[in-house]
Amino acid sequence: MYESDIANAEEAVKSEAKATEAVKEGEKKAEYPPAPKLTAADYPQIGGFNSRILVWIVAQLHLWFAAFVLAVPIFVLIIEAIGMATKDQRYDNMAYEFIKVSMAAYSITAIMGGLLTFSLLIFYPDLFKYLTSLFSRSMLAYAFLFFAESASLYVYYYGWHWLEGGFKKWVHLTIGLVLNFVGTVLMLFANAWVTFSMSPNGVDPGTGAFLGSEWDVIHNFLWNPLNLHRVVANIAYGGSIIGAYAAYKFLGSASKEDRAHYDWMGYTSNIIAVGGLLPLPFAGYWLVKEIYAYSQQMGITLMGGVFAWLFIMQAVLIGALFLSVNYYLWCGMGRSEGSVRYTKNIKWIAAAVVACFLVWFTPHTLVLTNQELKALGGPYHKYLGPLGIMPAKNTAVNIMIIMTFLSFTLYRRVNKIATVSWADAGSAVQAAIFAGGIGNIIFLGVYHGYFTNTAYKVASSIPQVSSTAVVIIATLIIDSMMFKGAKEVAPLRWGNVPARSQYALFTLAVSFTWLMGLMGYIRSGIRQHWHVNSIMRDNSINAFTPTIGYAAQVVTLAAVIFMAIVIFIFWLSNISSKKSAAH
Amino acid sequence: MKIFLKIVFFCILVFSGFVGFANFGIPQVKSAPPPTEEKLDLGNMTMDQFIALGDKVFNGKGTCTLCHNNVGKRAPMLDGAGEEAVANRAPLRLKDPRYKGKATTPEEYLRESMKTPSAFVVAGFGSDNDTKSPMPVVTQGSIGLSDAEVDAVIAFLQNKSGVEVTVKIPVGAPPSEKAEEAKPAEPAKTPEEVIVKFGCGACHKIGKEEGAIGPDLTHVGKSKNESYLRRAVLDPNADIAKNCPGGAPCVPGMMPPDFGAKMTGSEFEMLVQYLVKSK
Ligand code: HEC
Ligand code: HEC
Repeated sequence: MYESDIANAEEAVKSEAKATEAVKEGEKKAEYPPAPKLTAADYPQIGGFNSRILVWIVAQLHLWFAAFVLAVPIFVLIIEAIGMATKDQRYDNMAYEFIKVSMAAYSITAIMGGLLTFSLLIFYPDLFKYLTSLFSRSMLAYAFLFFAESASLYVYYYGWHWLEGGFKKWVHLTIGLVLNFVGTVLMLFANAWVTFSMSPNGVDPGTGAFLGSEWDVIHNFLWNPLNLHRVVANIAYGGSIIGAYAAYKFLGSASKEDRAHYDWMGYTSNIIAVGGLLPLPFAGYWLVKEIYAYSQQMGITLMGGVFAWLFIMQAVLIGALFLSVNYYLWCGMGRSEGSVRYTKNIKWIAAAVVACFLVWFTPHTLVLTNQELKALGGPYHKYLGPLGIMPAKNTAVNIMIIMTFLSFTLYRRVNKIATVSWADAGSAVQAAIFAGGIGNIIFLGVYHGYFTNTAYKVASSIPQVSSTAVVIIATLIIDSMMFKGAKEVAPLRWGNVPARSQYALFTLAVSFTWLMGLMGYIRSGIRQHWHVNSIMRDNSINAFTPTIGYAAQVVTLAAVIFMAIVIFIFWLSNISSKKSAAH
Repeated sequence: MKIFLKIVFFCILVFSGFVGFANFGIPQVKSAPPPTEEKLDLGNMTMDQFIALGDKVFNGKGTCTLCHNNVGKRAPMLDGAGEEAVANRAPLRLKDPRYKGKATTPEEYLRESMKTPSAFVVAGFGSDNDTKSPMPVVTQGSIGLSDAEVDAVIAFLQNKSGVEVTVKIPVGAPPSEKAEEAKPAEPAKTPEEVIVKFGCGACHKIGKEEGAIGPDLTHVGKSKNESYLRRAVLDPNADIAKNCPGGAPCVPGMMPPDFGAKMTGSEFEMLVQYLVKSK
């Protein structure tokens, strides 16, 4: 249904383009029409529907599901490969269960995509027409790729047990690779449509008339930054949703084996989510930096204008993510008796994470206009003010990442004792690396925060990120050598975690969903009253930029619908597995 | 089932926390409504009104204060006092050894700063070694000021600095087309209102207006009859007048040919009778 929609729209646009071409033939070579100038009357009003909210929610639902179904095959493939390399059947089973969950979500993604196309066609016909006229080829390609995606996904999933063992497994892995490739290209196309509306390219800047090269339109300024950001975020998101699935199953399972299985699955998903979460702030900084470079006006609207408070909201959410990840790791230490050696450290880690969270939370009140300055009661605080700006936030986020990594490092050694002769020295070196890294990050943050006065305080971020990376990589290397042949003191007992840890997994999924919705609003909102920034004006009655509270309500409504569908899918998979177990 | 409900309850709890914070934990900043495209009635403006227009553009539609404010330090201050007033330092910019632009007067420098920001980039604010300005061309894109609005901003900035305001109120600025598309204005009730509404005064000396592009119309009824005047408004290029100000010959095509289409019948009749009686 989805493909045929686009194909139909495609046809319509094409025949129309032919007609206009024919008319213009008399004049000179075919020229492209300018972007339409609309009035409020050009936006169909149907019933009492608020068309913007409708399109907003449908688009958001499509995006959540799409992010999920695009991300899952990425790590399913990796886990499958791990299973193949280690010959551990557990990995293979888990990978299969992951993809099974994403199958149900796949059809919902397509339905949402179809709904989105419909609602755009109905409520924003001129915008839709303008975009399809620019992206005619990529939209056609998109339709074909969607077929390819469905085909490879079906073969990959239904052929899982058929293509087992030896060479057949290689064939299966290759199909998985094709699936991922097609999925990624699909997303890149969709990203191009989105980024075009933020940073249009390949059209006449005055009139919006197409200049003839679709590649220029696709390869617009913000395309690649958004591509990277979305791939990374999708992985983290996919991990968190699968984590919620595992938590759901864990809480519902009675047998010890099931609990062990789903505990392990939840743990793995959590690691995947964290793996995606850690680089995410940096992908975000790159995106924002590019937004500034593309248009300083847009950048300031984003970071200092109406949206400034949104980043406080974002800080709350990311804080919630980090806290729940850490909490989950701490709970997980209980899987082994060996954890008593480390539990006393946890309160310090917790304190550090909370402190970082508070710094991140400190608002920075840049203001948009003089009126707003008055409304908000003055600019930022003299001493606390620098806590609100980039260097401090960078510092906080880097330390938060290091602390989370520390939790992880401690977690990994709860059940072992290193036996190598230099174990004590190794641990001391690791401690020194942690201390040095943190010290360096704080120094850089303070230096750039208080003592430089450049417009781009972002300058501190690169050395800070490097410090974080050095700490992580160095610790991992030392760890891997130090714990070679380590003695197991108390085995990890999967399934042996308190139920409240599972709620940490839920918090992760729920916060992530909400965060994505909010950031989606901001990404779209910074265009303000433009459909296509500075090219095609939004003249509908809904052209105003909503307040954060309003946006939060819409996002929540969408998120509740999303979670309801997701939990329903979980429940469905439950009855189907019960049935197959009964056989 | 119990677990199912527990989870649903938990999710709703977390969501409520987030919405609650977003609605009550942080101030709700209302963004300014989308700027409307107003039609400028320059023909009617005094210099004070023109400066006030510049003020409005500077603080509103122009989005200048987004960058030029003393909070973010992203751009030099323009409308402060003394050193912070750009019109005071414009003469210094022209003498700056790095200055390679085309402006010769402070007024031109200001105009150039807005229309080609990279012509001269204030040290420390640009990229690529201060050769590229982050400031957008204000007459294009999403800001999209008209030349008249740029001049109004210059007048505002000069006035703010206390230097002499050198810009002139431009005449005959093309009215912004979008504004007219948007909504038909109220029909005028008197011939004077017709003249104001259609901006005849931007080009003609007529009534209280002092336009100096087209012929003086204060006594046009003395030499021209009614049918000539009808034709002159409906189809200006049918006859080209010979008496344009400054002794120069009148240029065909200057006067907008679409008044006939834009006026209502009664507006047109009132106007013609008014012209006929202008003796
Ligand atoms: C996106 C940010 C931004 C916006 C919006 C902006 N400017 Fe600027 N402007 C700058 C920056 C940065 C500079 C300094 C670099 C340069 O000289 O181009 C500057 C420089 C100037 C200068 C020269 C200042 C000097 O000391 O020589 C003038 C005049 C000026 N802007 C006027 C305006 C006006 C008027 C507007 C609104 C219509 C405006 N700007 C909007 C960023 C901005
Ligand atoms: C953009 C400038 C402009 C505007 C606005 C304008 N005119 Fe004119 N008008 C001219 C010029 C230039 C001429 C002389 C050339 C010509 O006749 O076409 C002229 C000629 C005329 C004449 C003929 C005068 C003669 O002596 O032959 C009349 C009558 C006239 N305009 C009336 C009007 C009225 C009424 C309006 C407002 C509804 C108006 N004009 C608005 C520029 C303008």
